[in-house]
Amino acid sequence: MTDAPIAVAVPADTSGRSQWWDVWDQFKTHKGALFGAAVFLFIVLAVTLGPLLWTIEPTFIDIRARNSGPMWAHPFGTDQLGRDILARMMAGGQVSIAVGLTAMLISVLLGTLIGVVAGFFRKLDGALMGLTDLFLALPLLPLLLVMVMLFRETLARSFGPEMGTFILIVSAIGVTSWMQTARIVRGEVLALKEREFVLAARSIGTPSRRMILRHILPNVLSPIMVSATLGIATAIITESALSFLGLGFPPDFPTWGRLLFDAVDYLQQYPERVFWPGLAISLTVLSVNYIGDGLRDALDPRIRGR
Amino acid sequence: MLTFLIRRLFTAIPTLVLISLIIFLLLDLAPGDPLADQPLSIPPDVRQKMRDALGLDSPAYIRYLLWAKQFFWVEPLVFVDWVTGTGFSEGMQRIVSWQFRAPVFDIIIQRLPQTLWVVGLAYLVGVLIALPIGIISAYRQYSWFDQVGTFVSMIGFSVPPFFSGVLMIVFFAIMLPWFPSIYDTTLVVNDFESFGQQIRQMTLPVMVLALQTTAQLSRFMRASMLDNLNHDYVRTARAKGMTEKVVLLVHVLRNSMIPVVTVIALGIPSIFGGAIITEQIFKVNGLGQLLITAIYANDLPMVQTLAFIFAVLIVLCNLIADMLYGLLDPRIRYD
Repeated sequence: MTDAPIAVAVPADTSGRSQWWDVWDQFKTHKGALFGAAVFLFIVLAVTLGPLLWTIEPTFIDIRARNSGPMWAHPFGTDQLGRDILARMMAGGQVSIAVGLTAMLISVLLGTLIGVVAGFFRKLDGALMGLTDLFLALPLLPLLLVMVMLFRETLARSFGPEMGTFILIVSAIGVTSWMQTARIVRGEVLALKEREFVLAARSIGTPSRRMILRHILPNVLSPIMVSATLGIATAIITESALSFLGLGFPPDFPTWGRLLFDAVDYLQQYPERVFWPGLAISLTVLSVNYIGDGLRDALDPRIRGR
Repeated sequence: MLTFLIRRLFTAIPTLVLISLIIFLLLDLAPGDPLADQPLSIPPDVRQKMRDALGLDSPAYIRYLLWAKQFFWVEPLVFVDWVTGTGFSEGMQRIVSWQFRAPVFDIIIQRLPQTLWVVGLAYLVGVLIALPIGIISAYRQYSWFDQVGTFVSMIGFSVPPFFSGVLMIVFFAIMLPWFPSIYDTTLVVNDFESFGQQIRQMTLPVMVLALQTTAQLSRFMRASMLDNLNHDYVRTARAKGMTEKVVLLVHVLRNSMIPVVTVIALGIPSIFGGAIITEQIFKVNGLGQLLITAIYANDLPMVQTLAFIFAVLIVLCNLIADMLYGLLDPRIRYD
């Protein structure tokens, strides 16, 4: 796979390319991580491409076929209104994974920004770390619930019920989960600042902005990537928890947490219905956690190559 | 140590004040009207009087200061009165829940035992299971026990309580009717039969919560043991002819417990947060369920007070963890 001519033509790229190949080689040796990546890829493909193959609308109501068990027309059965559960699972998965990815992006961006600024500029360090500690001391789940309850109406009015809830939940999760990333990044930046290459860069007059973008950020990339992977898992769990408590997306807009919440009402009669959404959430989170585990090993140069 | 404690307490106070202000300002944006559920036949002037009595129209800072006064001054006085039988707090206005029309703290006191019983016991069980698992996993690293332990704790991390709880209900309450799925708070324990019933109804929620705790703590215990097992003092102890039991349980365990104890302290508030969901599943009417119903019912004084109590717990446990770290590890001295 190595493109030798390109590598020669752009010498600066060789180191980067070979480093990522090293990482991939190390990642491959971690069986759990490889398996997790495969499962995660499968789930993502299933929820994105699945609706193209399984063309029943998730909101299509077939009241005569309600509460049916698994059969050929409905492999996962139907719910109390006769909606196909497989189609709802795929639609719900799209939302849940989209929420996970977007919330992770927000939280990692915020965490990296605050961590780098706090680590790099000594004057801001005290204030920003105080803010981080303050956020860590906030009771997050109660506050998330309160935020969702307060702003759901307002945002639903301006962006529509689905988009409004999406924006609200994603930003609420993002704003309340950046602290770990910020702490890790700050620690790394503080250590990096003492290194010779930073001194060298400063001695030739590199401005702060370029110093951060060219010298600091590439070197803190690996902890950021690990916490980003784990962030997807926490975001998906938090979204499902909110939906499960009835403070997530509106009822006709399925997510995995919402499907689980709806299925709990029919726990006595149809206990198998809670199984699929719960399994989907757990499998996604498990695979993402394993990917994070493997990435942590793969990105650590002390372990790599052993 | 004492100066450190005092300094930490002084930094904790502004943090808590700031947190209470944040919670208050967030709740202040709430669109709901506490009088919305009153009959429409109430004339407007009476309605206005009711608003005045609740202090709804006064500026935000006055309402905040009133709440702060009630929380930090009146409620402790009520507590002192209750303990000693004095009358300091007579005629003082307490924090009143809009939903229950009763002082918030009276309701919290009613709900607290359920939460403490279920959550506290679950945490204890989780810790007691996690520590041996962590120790054995570290001692027999990469053995089948370690592999299974790693996998089980990964599952504990990944299966959220709202799924593991529901699964337990499906398996142990519906398919095998061994345990009740709903926690009956009115049960009075006075003989062996009701005691057995109490144990049975606590089993499922405690199992769900303990799984979470075990997953996290056993990983931590294992890592901490592994860190210590390669140290020179372990080799010295073995060279002196100590038995493996003494090496492991006296020399290594004591040193590995230092970070684990602080993690146990740090985990206490998060278990209260996790209990919100577990209480909702098993219908335990504890603090978490109180918070959820208060949020649904737009009961702002209750939400404000409960959220702030959770914050106090977090700050307090952080403080305890820091102190424990200094007490247990002679290398760390704060002065």
